[in-house]
Parts: sequence; C-alpha cells; structure tokens
Amino acid sequence: MASDAKKVVLDPLFDNNPIALQVLGICSALAVTSKLSTALIMCVALTAVTACSNASISMIRNHVPTNIRIIVQMTIIASLVIVVDQVLKAYAFQTSKELSVFVGLIITNCIVLGRAEAFAMKNPVGASFLDGIGNGLGYSIILIAVGTVRELFGSGTILGYVILPLESNGGWYVPNGMMLLPPSAFFIIGLLIWGLRTWKTAQMEKPEYQIHQVHRTEVM
Amino acid sequence: MEHLLSLFTASIFTENLALSFFLGMCTFLAVSKKISTAIGLGAAVIVVQAITVPANNLLYQYLLKDGALTWAGFPEVDLSFLGLICYIGVIAAIVQILEMVLDRYFPALYNALGIFLPLITVNCAILGGTLFMVQRDYNFVESVTYGIGSGVGWALAITALAGVREKLKYSDVPDGLQGLGITFITAGLMSLGFMAFSGIQL
Repeated sequence: MASDAKKVVLDPLFDNNPIALQVLGICSALAVTSKLSTALIMCVALTAVTACSNASISMIRNHVPTNIRIIVQMTIIASLVIVVDQVLKAYAFQTSKELSVFVGLIITNCIVLGRAEAFAMKNPVGASFLDGIGNGLGYSIILIAVGTVRELFGSGTILGYVILPLESNGGWYVPNGMMLLPPSAFFIIGLLIWGLRTWKTAQMEKPEYQIHQVHRTEVM
Repeated sequence: MEHLLSLFTASIFTENLALSFFLGMCTFLAVSKKISTAIGLGAAVIVVQAITVPANNLLYQYLLKDGALTWAGFPEVDLSFLGLICYIGVIAAIVQILEMVLDRYFPALYNALGIFLPLITVNCAILGGTLFMVQRDYNFVESVTYGIGSGVGWALAITALAGVREKLKYSDVPDGLQGLGITFITAGLMSLGFMAFSGIQL
C-alpha cells in the first residue's frame, strides 16, 4: 500500500506529467508564470482544488448517475474554486489582482476535470486524494521551472530578490524583455518538453511521415 | 460606434484569447492537426461565445452585481461571489441547448460540429471571455461585440496554427521535439507575430 501511494504521488511528476505528456491544463501554465510568486500561489491553489475535488468526487462516485456526472463534477469543482478565490481575495489581495481571471479558470482547467473523470470515478477516497496531490505537483514543477526562468532572465530577480543586478540600477545584467512577454512561455515549455522527452525516451511521439536518406546509387 | 469597432478589432488581434491570454490552449493544441476540424471547432466557439458572453452579462448586471437586485427590493445584496458557479452553469446549459437546437433544425451543421460542442463547455476561452467581460464591466452592447470578436480571434488563431501544422508534418523535426514540443514553439512564434498588432489603435 505504501509503495502504491508513493507511486500515485510520484508518477505524475516526470513519468506521466499532466502538462508535458497528458497535455492538460496548459492555459494557466503559460499565463501566470511571468513572476515566480504568482506561479507559486497558482500551484498551491490548483493542487488544493485538484486534491479536494478528487476526494469529494470519489466519495460520491457510487451515487451519481453516469449521464449527469459531468455537471455534478463541475458543480463540486466550481464550489471549491469559489472557496479558493474568496480566500485569496481575503488574505492575498494583491496576488489575486495579478492572477485576475485565472483563479476562476481553474474550473475549466482540464487537469481537475480530467483527473476527476479518469481517476476519482474509479478509485477510493484516499488514493484519489493522493492522485490529486500528485498531479497538482506535476503541474507545479513545470510552472515553477517556467516561472523561475522567466523571472530570472526577464527582470533579474527571483521571488523579488535581486539575483542578477540590472544595468539600469548600476549592475551588469541587461534584462531580456522578451521573457516577460507571453510568447516566451511557449518557447520555454516547448524546450522543457524536448528536454524531458530526451531524458524519458518512451514519451516521444512517432512522426507521421518518416524522412529517410536516399542514396544516389539507390535511385539509379 | 468607433469605440465598439476598436473593441472588436482589439478582441480579435491585440487581445487574442488564444495567443496573448493563452485561453483554450488544451483544445488549441489538441484539435489543430487538420484545417477542416480546426475551422469546425472555430465556428462552434464563435457561436457559443457570441451567445454566452451577453447571456452572462445580463445575469451579472441584473442578478449578481453589487446592488443589482435593487429592482427586486434587495439593494444591499451582493451575490458576486456566486459568479463562477453561475457562469459555468449558464455555459453548460447553453451548450446543451445549442446542441439540441442544432440537432433538430440544422442537422448538417450539427453533424459538422457534433463532437466539438460538448468539448466547448470545458474550453477555458469561453469561461475566460465571460470573466474578462465581468472584470472590465462591459455593458450589454459591448459584451455582444466582445463575445463575437473574441470568438473570431480564437477561431483565426486555431485555423492558422492548423495550417502551419499541416505543412509541418513533412519537415524533419528532432525526435524529442516531435509532436507537442514543436507545436508549442510554433504557437510561440505565432504569438510573437500577433504582437505586431499591438500598436494598432482605432
């Protein structure tokens, strides 16, 4: 049991990462990562929602008729997101302003609904809760990586502390303005996926067309 | 009038939901392998967005906003915390109704859009459009404009990406970058391209 639980939590980190392999929940991964602190808050919020929604959905999984299950899941998720949203507005108002609509968008974050549908509907409460945490962490790893790169190279800081002193403040580092713009998030995630798939070769996708070298002698 | 026109173009180009706010990315990346399906999905998004944003606008203006219930005799009630659950309910309901209406009266269109309609409920672009509308406090006319504009912008982006990906199939991509990786990079380059519109003010 202990090894099962460990597997459920650790599997989504690299082997079955929700963003890099399952292609779930990418929207917010890109949008909130221009600063590490907002990315961290987003990770905590998403992990909490995924874990709690997985647990609650798993609790009622035997009582929900299959044809209305999506709407039941949506209602549970939406209520949890409202709680998170209100907590953020009460205790971290500045960050909740920066996250703007993206807290609300956790509702439509495919990780939450995807895990509810794929895991919580079939497994007991404890395992579902752990699966929620695991997938939340898998999401967090990518978000934190992207957030660190973007904040470090875009404004020379990490969590607001100066790491690379900027030239405009008498230091030496000239910030890369593109890192603060939306497109850079696409590039960084693309490169991360490249790195991850080079490491875990089983995740590579087969090309639809194989290009192979034709030697001149074969043609003739 | 000019104000609406500028809102419309801004929602298509400078504030493109897919490429500058990253909304609807999951479907954006997953359903952009062929131009024909991308166009189908894009059309469905335009229709749903054009209906749900104004509908949620009415809901917000007359039920949820602080003091919105004055007409019913409750001037101090603020129900805006119920926003999220109401909006998603409205979206799910409208998608369902639209599906039934199309099935009954426009079977050809229903068959073309069929599989995409249910997917749209969980498309963040739809909920995102509504949340932006609430955050920016649009009135009804503005919300109609914004709904249509943002839908068109999203459709444009996914069609363009599908076009690029159809050509990309024939190119020699490094192994690890194959599929998802190269799609991200392509979308990044497109997003850079769309930034060129950002100086436009009408």
